[in-house]
Amino acid sequence: MKKIFLILTIYLASLNPLFALIEVDITRGNLDPLPIAVSPLYVDVKSEKNDDIKVKELGNNISEIIEKNFKSTGLFNPLKKEAFVQKPDIAHLKPRFEDWRLIKAQALVTGKLLVKDGKLKIEFRLWDLTAEKEMTALAFTTTPSNWRRVAHIISDKIYERLTGEEGYFDTRIIYVAESGAKNKRVKKLAIMDQDGANTKYLTLGNELVLTPRFNPTNQMVTYMSYFRNMPRVYLLDIETGVQDVVGNFPGMTFAPRFSPDGKKIIMSFAEDGNSDIYTMDLDTRVVERITNHSSIDTSPSFSPDGKFIVFNSDRSGLQQIYVMRSDGSDVKRITFGTGIYGTPVWSPRGDLIAFTKMRKGRFYIGVMRTDGSGERLLTENFYQEAPSWSPNGRVLVFYRETKSGKKGEGFSAKLWSIDITGYNERKLTTKTDASDPSWSSLLSK
Amino acid sequence: MKLNTNLKNIFLIIFTTLILNACSTAKKSGAGVDGDVYTGNKTVEYLASGVPDRVFFATNKSSLTTKSRETLRKQSTYLRKNKKLNVTIEGHADERGTREYNLALGERRANAAKDYLMTYGISGKRISIISYGKEKPVNPGSDSLSWSQNRRSVTVKVN
Repeated sequence: MKKIFLILTIYLASLNPLFALIEVDITRGNLDPLPIAVSPLYVDVKSEKNDDIKVKELGNNISEIIEKNFKSTGLFNPLKKEAFVQKPDIAHLKPRFEDWRLIKAQALVTGKLLVKDGKLKIEFRLWDLTAEKEMTALAFTTTPSNWRRVAHIISDKIYERLTGEEGYFDTRIIYVAESGAKNKRVKKLAIMDQDGANTKYLTLGNELVLTPRFNPTNQMVTYMSYFRNMPRVYLLDIETGVQDVVGNFPGMTFAPRFSPDGKKIIMSFAEDGNSDIYTMDLDTRVVERITNHSSIDTSPSFSPDGKFIVFNSDRSGLQQIYVMRSDGSDVKRITFGTGIYGTPVWSPRGDLIAFTKMRKGRFYIGVMRTDGSGERLLTENFYQEAPSWSPNGRVLVFYRETKSGKKGEGFSAKLWSIDITGYNERKLTTKTDASDPSWSSLLSK
Repeated sequence: MKLNTNLKNIFLIIFTTLILNACSTAKKSGAGVDGDVYTGNKTVEYLASGVPDRVFFATNKSSLTTKSRETLRKQSTYLRKNKKLNVTIEGHADERGTREYNLALGERRANAAKDYLMTYGISGKRISIISYGKEKPVNPGSDSLSWSQNRRSVTVKVN
């Protein structure tokens, strides 16, 4: 993948935070989203033509991506452009605050862009319409082909300014693209921007691939492949396409994930009917056994400080969730509710563990504190599992399968997202059926 | 004495519970499913005449039923007669579990079948194992009969 170069040229200091009036509370379900007007960015008349992109429409296209991002959070209500009261260039200089308030907007985004000498120069401002103040302004220079990413970065900056939390728009999701009949599924690794754009397939579908996961520190991916009918954990560099089997295990390895520093892979290794948890250091290739129990131990996930591991085990008889120190000591069961539990994933903020719960033939995605207390079930369905966290720990993406008829008809698998508040459940747009999503870190961090 | 009576009562209760459980399990049988283990032969293929290729399991379980053991004994007899034949045992799960756990469960089921063949004198070297978890259902339906047919281990000839 082409490395983005993104130069922060101007940084107009944002206002003193004490002055800020608009704030979006994201800790509870937001039933009253903030009305925000995203003006099309003004395209400077001095802009040159570009072979690959329609420069004239760029201002409008960027504003639409920002609107779509905001709408997807459930926290903002982007207002219809037909109601806008000022031309983009004039609004960007200094909005007539009272006019924008008339259409019930509380915040306004304006901007302008110039395509010249093969570069895209772009700036934006966020205005608080009640306090009649500029809240944030930033300018970037990049290659014109990066325009979508710039739109996501602007969305992140505005989200951060209004919510006080890091954004998650300049991110990607890797997943398994599925096609074909239910009992003859073809599965490929696929990657897309979080808004569904730029889908790329990373494998051809010749062998079964499962459970891709991003390295939180770079663009490496670990996943499971049945290449040559030997189910093993692999490492894939999505920039070079180079892939490598992880470790030299005499049997199936599966359920891989990276450690938070990105230096180790933690996974299960199955041998003689028993699955235990192992880590492998990617530099030294040293393998360490973490659990040694006759039950199934799988789906391991590190805490963000790397000190603990949450995992799934049936040592009590059925699947439950356990936490242990990262050396395997001090194992504690944390789920005791009715039903069985799987796929624990530690939040990148460290405060919660997301999981799948199965009870009375229904499947739930939920969150709980890291000691197992405070369980909250966010969504219930016929089948859903495998939550993955947005990098700011506010949203979960997971996959859901429909019940099929006798011959598999009516079957589908799709990606969904939900806020940890339990609000704002959304189906993600994917080109094909999809499962096993994993959310990347912020690309521009 | 009193403690003894109490203990006796507890045992009685446990005993009754067991009987009740047995009854409720028995009630569910029918349509080729006993408890929730498939007992029919609709999806079954044969390694040779009279030698079924697969055995079925209860939900989340990898223990062999009486019928499964009988099937595996037939397989062991067949393998003893065909000394040069090697097999792969595929372990499978139904779609009603998380993907990663099901991979482990499939591996455990395949090994349960392998271990039983080995107790009947088949060398472990002739048997390889692969788990497909829930990835290769034989029956694509979303109903308890389909799921019972998918919880299986299948012995496949490799040469």
